[in-house]
Amino acid sequence: MASVAAYDPLATSGSWRRTQAKLLVYIPLAIFAGYYLLPFVIVILNSFRNNEEIFQNGLISLPTSFDITPWFTAWNKFCVGGTCEGIAPNFYNSLKMTIPATIISTAIGAINGYVLSKWRFRGSEFLFGAMTLGVFMPGQMVLLPWAFILGNLGLTNTIAGLVLIHTVQGISFTTLFCRNYYVNIPDDLIKAARIDGAGFWRIFNRIILPLSPPILIVTVIWQFTGIWNDFLYGVIFSSGRGQPITAALIALSANGTTVREYNIMSSAVIIGALPPLLIYFFGGRYFIRGLTQGAIK
Amino acid sequence: MASLTVRNLSKSFGNVEVLKGIDLEAETGEFVVLVGPSGCGKSTLLAMIAGLETITSGEIAIGGRVVNHVAPKDRDIAMVFQSYALYPTMTVRQNITFGMESRGVPRPVQDEAVARVSALLKIDQLLHRKPAQLSGGQRQRVAMGRALVRDPLLFLFDEPLSNLDAKLRVEMRTEIKKLYKTLGKTTIYVTHDQVEAMTLATRIAVMHQGRLQQFDEPGTVYGRPANMFVAGFMGSPAMNFLPAEVVSGEGQPMIAVAVGSGRALLPLPADTRLQPGARVVLGVRPEHLSRHDGQRAGRGTIGRIDLPVEVVEPTGAETIVVLRAGEREVIARFEPDAAPKEGEVVPLAIDMGRACLFDPDTERLI
Repeated sequence: MASVAAYDPLATSGSWRRTQAKLLVYIPLAIFAGYYLLPFVIVILNSFRNNEEIFQNGLISLPTSFDITPWFTAWNKFCVGGTCEGIAPNFYNSLKMTIPATIISTAIGAINGYVLSKWRFRGSEFLFGAMTLGVFMPGQMVLLPWAFILGNLGLTNTIAGLVLIHTVQGISFTTLFCRNYYVNIPDDLIKAARIDGAGFWRIFNRIILPLSPPILIVTVIWQFTGIWNDFLYGVIFSSGRGQPITAALIALSANGTTVREYNIMSSAVIIGALPPLLIYFFGGRYFIRGLTQGAIK
Repeated sequence: MASLTVRNLSKSFGNVEVLKGIDLEAETGEFVVLVGPSGCGKSTLLAMIAGLETITSGEIAIGGRVVNHVAPKDRDIAMVFQSYALYPTMTVRQNITFGMESRGVPRPVQDEAVARVSALLKIDQLLHRKPAQLSGGQRQRVAMGRALVRDPLLFLFDEPLSNLDAKLRVEMRTEIKKLYKTLGKTTIYVTHDQVEAMTLATRIAVMHQGRLQQFDEPGTVYGRPANMFVAGFMGSPAMNFLPAEVVSGEGQPMIAVAVGSGRALLPLPADTRLQPGARVVLGVRPEHLSRHDGQRAGRGTIGRIDLPVEVVEPTGAETIVVLRAGEREVIARFEPDAAPKEGEVVPLAIDMGRACLFDPDTERLI
């Protein structure tokens, strides 16, 4: 006697056929997942091996030694560009650049989105279209204008200059996100508030902002990872100790005076990737939720 | 004193004229209902009174003051929206006090007002809840509470009941009427439901295609509709329209209606000066048709017309009967006991004293 299987209303065939179908989907998915994870696993393993062992057995092999000193060396002892302070200063540079730029660009995006969705005026749709054009603009196109502007403002090779660039470059995305979210907030709420006597800022602070956490989380995650991971502007508009960590990692590998210290380089790469990874680990589910959720259920 | 005066008001969106020369007024304490099919401009008119839409031409005065360029918050109005428009992140109490907070009303006065309104609307148990935790009827009450707390010159209602299910809608309709009886506040109420208009209004403004068709008391709008649109829109089932002609017969002018093969002669309603040969449209409401029992035949205003029954629709309280008159259908209302059977040819008595005659060209009441 066959056991009585639970009735599955979605089943279209027998149980073996279903198992086969699942295997067909999950085995390739597992292979892809492993393939994508492999480089990261190798870097993690190398960051805990000592350099002699890496030279002996090659970059890609299972570790036979365990050493956590590469992490400390990478953080504040390794010599980059003539000073031996590790990548800590560059890490702090990245924080000093990313946090203000994320906050300012998100705040401006929220206000832009509010105006473009709830206080429309003649030409506001055109303005929105023009702003979103920035989403598709390759960064290389704006390098020369930015060099010109930073030069005139006296912000060349400063963190403030990079904050300015990332804020302005980010407004396209933050405006797009917020405007498309706010469009789904019923206009009647704004009308009711206007009759209630609330003005532009009171409506924004008391009605729009309290409805905004889902989209603000999305925008902050997007901006933080994007700005932190930026390489182009960091390399072009800063140098030496003033560079953000992504740019400094290159200097690390270009350090030709000594032997290549793969374990230290691996640790440095992971330190550089850690903040966006943490943000995504802790905020990832809000990210998905915020992108798919409407303003009002 | 008129609480609201609308003079020669027009509104265009680009080339589309949605309101054409509207004249309207509401005396203090009146309940004016704007009614019409969707797209007639009634909601736009209300939004213009509220100050949420700009005025293309004409004038709106509230409490004697022209408010064409006055911001919504300074018009001394309160509004209830079809979607309720409750602020979703605020509690019921915060929803109600938001307006007072914006206007800088002191805290003790706010508390007093919330207590008064929540007792009146029986929402005192809900003050700490968020709108998402309320049922449709409760949201409706909170939306009204938000308006009532203000004590304005003018209440504006934009289809407040159309998001409720049928049963609740009737209950809330009665509540609104009770509330109006208690407070006696001037109210402008927009609806597409002619029953709501009839039951609530002291005066009804029927709108169609951006024009005011008729502005009068409910009884007059129903009994003496200004034109065929108003006649057809107010009342359900709708008024029957039959093309007819004035002929001379039995010593006085009569109305001839084509019925299948022949034609029926009906007495002309009094005080009309129509000459034989004039073409008219005869409008008869379904409840003014009944089974002709011979006894009333002597009375001058009762006409007789024999029509075959096509469909019988019992609703319980009454029975709707569809009859065939040549190419047209005639709908009549019967008491369930007196309803004819399908296929039967019924002798119908038409109460010509209550019938309406329309000019077939202008569609106006004669």
